[in-house]
Amino acid sequence: MNASPVVQIGLFLIVLFALAWPLGRYLRAVLDGRLSARFAALAAIERGLGKLLGASPDEDMPWWRYATAIVLFNVLGLLAVYGLQRLQLSLPLNPAGMANVEAGSAFNTAISFVTNTNWQGYVGEATMSYLTQMLALTVQNFLSAATGIAVVVALIRGFTRRNAAGIGNAWFDLWRVNAYVLLPISIVLSLFLVGQGVIQNLSAYQEVQLIEPVSYSQPKLDAAGQAVLDAAGKPVMETVQAKTQTIAMGPVASQEAIKMLGTNGGGFFNANSAHPFENPTGASNFAQMLAIFLIPAALCFMFGWQVGDLRQGLAVLAAMSVIFVAMFGALVGFESQANPLLTQLGMDAGIGNLEGKETRFGIVASSLFATVTTAASCGAVNAMHDSLMPLAGLVPTWLMQLGEVVFGGVGSGLYGMLVFALLAVFLAGLMIGRTPEYLGKKIEAYEMKMVSIVILVGPILVLGGTAVAVLTPAALASLWNPGAHGLSEILYAFSSAANNNGSAFAGLSANTPFYNLMLGAAMWFGRFVPIVAVLAIAGNLARKPRLAASNGTMPTHGPLFVVLLIGSVIIVGALTYIPALALGPVVEHLQLFSR
Amino acid sequence: MKTLLRPALTLFVLLSAITGLFYPALITGLAQAIFPHQANGSLIQRDQQLVGSQLIGQSFSGPNYFWSRPSATGPMPNNAAASSGSNLGPSNPALAEAVQARIATVRAAHPEQAGPVPAELVTASASGLDPHISPAAAYYQIARVARARQLQPEQVKRLVDRHTAYPSWRIFGERTVNVLELNLALDKLAAGKQAA
Repeated sequence: MNASPVVQIGLFLIVLFALAWPLGRYLRAVLDGRLSARFAALAAIERGLGKLLGASPDEDMPWWRYATAIVLFNVLGLLAVYGLQRLQLSLPLNPAGMANVEAGSAFNTAISFVTNTNWQGYVGEATMSYLTQMLALTVQNFLSAATGIAVVVALIRGFTRRNAAGIGNAWFDLWRVNAYVLLPISIVLSLFLVGQGVIQNLSAYQEVQLIEPVSYSQPKLDAAGQAVLDAAGKPVMETVQAKTQTIAMGPVASQEAIKMLGTNGGGFFNANSAHPFENPTGASNFAQMLAIFLIPAALCFMFGWQVGDLRQGLAVLAAMSVIFVAMFGALVGFESQANPLLTQLGMDAGIGNLEGKETRFGIVASSLFATVTTAASCGAVNAMHDSLMPLAGLVPTWLMQLGEVVFGGVGSGLYGMLVFALLAVFLAGLMIGRTPEYLGKKIEAYEMKMVSIVILVGPILVLGGTAVAVLTPAALASLWNPGAHGLSEILYAFSSAANNNGSAFAGLSANTPFYNLMLGAAMWFGRFVPIVAVLAIAGNLARKPRLAASNGTMPTHGPLFVVLLIGSVIIVGALTYIPALALGPVVEHLQLFSR
Repeated sequence: MKTLLRPALTLFVLLSAITGLFYPALITGLAQAIFPHQANGSLIQRDQQLVGSQLIGQSFSGPNYFWSRPSATGPMPNNAAASSGSNLGPSNPALAEAVQARIATVRAAHPEQAGPVPAELVTASASGLDPHISPAAAYYQIARVARARQLQPEQVKRLVDRHTAYPSWRIFGERTVNVLELNLALDKLAAGKQAA
């Protein structure tokens, strides 16, 4: 009855491209200012905005000014998210009476949401007030997404402008992306999700009568609220009966829509998009996956049109799609195997690995979601990645380690992939002994230095961070699973943080001083070092003339270049990470299947 | 730097107000007007009392009810104020131990079933709140429930079929049986039988 993996991914890509094409045209009109010029109302709003800001859309910023504006804007976000968490008990819209968030966790979460990572060390429905979810977290879902798009647009201007000093105006790029793109699509998507069953209210948590009371055991507490210990020092357990169930509420749909659309991924609830109130049906699940890839795919079309040759954008999109489809094939294949340790106990092997999955999604929709969310730097999950089969869990880990360039984050995926394109033309140039060119711009030492920084910052943070963690007893105490899988948990955490994905092998207890600090640093530098380097490339390219293609120019729109681009991404990713992956998921797979 | 501070601050405050207050308020208003049932949690009432949500699973262990997916939430299973999966890795001995115990419980309650145990009945869901099982996992339990309720298995099977949902638009997702709704219908059927 359920459609095969081939049908699912085929349908997914067809609908995706059909929606991304018109959105790409629209994005182009928004970002080159034609939309605002065409509608008098928008023009008037922007004039008013200019007065309010004391800035003009005509001010063309040099790259360093653009970069300063972007970083400054994000630092303000950091302070606001931190402050709101620390003060939420004294602020309104807190019906569950959530306490102020502890400093280390608030610091980590502030960086996490500002950097478009949305790594979550906390349990949403037991930590955050409605006001914090809305005014801190939802806001950053918009602003961090707009930041990524602004940076890639600035980079594209670097290619298209000739002998120019500036790369655009950061304020108006941010405004236009938020107001004309992210907000309208989020409104439509939110309402669709509510129709499917996603909740949207400001009510207190609901208490309902259970049909059948539930008995469970919990540590016995004394009058002072301390756990009672037995002679051996272990907590004494007592059996209690629950007659009611408390159901968490909140303004979920409005956050859910932008969480996906902006490739943010931070769930309102702890279980993220596995929670029935975040993702209740197969249809809501499909819409959420589409929303993740929608803008990254649309930006590829926009890029092609902006540089005056759609085929340039299609080549990048083709490279992304090929890697994506191959990774999905691997993941769904590994997940369709049931766990041999469990089938030998008498569990049915027919469906596959269902631990940590929801019945309504099953193997195929869970595997597709896991591939989409880690190919893009979204990080929302509809199945628990920690419980994936070993080699299935390797796929999302490696997709993140590739630098989140397979569709990637909104904006950041395309600028990451364009950095790899520069690397690819550079490698090709070395082979034939010519100065490399891309889109008519000479790629020289300065650009290649910046490219190297962008490509190296990820591995340094991921492998360096993992190495420090495995040598630190406090970090190892956070492990939930023993053996090789424990290394996978740590490696996944740093891969996710440094590449701004935000999903987790969530067994790892990450809300500790060590991980709050280390992962916070990884997220911050993993986000803003590449952003500044990319804007530097943009500024330097904008200054150069645009050369006409000659006989010696390597074409960057054909299958040959697509293969070269895929090769660059895969080879860098493989050489850097295979040794670490071999010690984690690969060892675990061999242990599991050799018995 | 100083010339950037004013636009940065102004734009930040403005966009925060639009996306963090106006937008969620707008969606809340529209959702409450157009989809009030869904927006408020798809809650179910029985005899003037809230007894659950169509979307949130509850735990059942009695012989006269269909059982749900195991739940890894703490301290109680199906804790809808703290969703969570088990996060146990495939090679973790704790996973095999938990599944072994669940298989023993399921087998003891279903002596008439000789084959392997359906995976959903012994593996924890991702959210810990999964309201569904597959039709196969429901069929597995029919004989036991019919016996405990003193109903004809045919009768119970018809009830299961009536509560089996297709994937969205027949394409996306899997076929599911909503356990809470099925059990409520079962109670209703039994009550009707007693009255008659």
